[in-house]
Amino acid sequence: MSSEMLTMTEEEILDQIKNEVDGNRVFLYMKGTPEAPMCGFSNQVVQILNHIGAEYGARDILPDPRIRQVLSSWSDWPTIPQLFVDGKLVGGCDIVTEMFQAEELQPLLGSEAS
Amino acid sequence: MADLAEITKLIEDALPGATVEVVDQGGGDHLAATVIAPQFADASRLEQHRMVYSAVQARLDGGEIHALALKTRAPEDV
Repeated sequence: MSSEMLTMTEEEILDQIKNEVDGNRVFLYMKGTPEAPMCGFSNQVVQILNHIGAEYGARDILPDPRIRQVLSSWSDWPTIPQLFVDGKLVGGCDIVTEMFQAEELQPLLGSEAS
Repeated sequence: MADLAEITKLIEDALPGATVEVVDQGGGDHLAATVIAPQFADASRLEQHRMVYSAVQARLDGGEIHALALKTRAPEDV
């Protein structure tokens, strides 16, 4: 996957990001994978999503530094992780945590599944 | 290393009337900011965070700040 990514143009990376965000109701860009997060902030969002029992797709941005650059300029959000729901950016670790604590995240993630 | 007073001023200048508190969470480049600003009144959390991030964008890009944890709200919520 990582070697394949490195041959992609930035335009192709952007197309892939749009496909991922449009094709998955809940999608997370993170450092590492849900099984092995490489950053405390990414880990925290994974823990929250797992706690809620949300189904989500995830992409590790570390294999190619261009993924993060293309993603951040497209989403207008400077940091990783970035959580998307229904094609829209919800936010990063702080916002996801705050929404979880305010019990706003649970209905957002569960509204279609339930 | 980030200068906490300078970071505070950058945010205050970008959001006149805001109450800003910036603390070091460790190492001098992992910061946390609490920002209460009148400009947040009709803004979503996402927009509120964007306003603060854009005020300190250069410091994030330059690496003086590695991480900035944010708590934001409008004054009415106090």
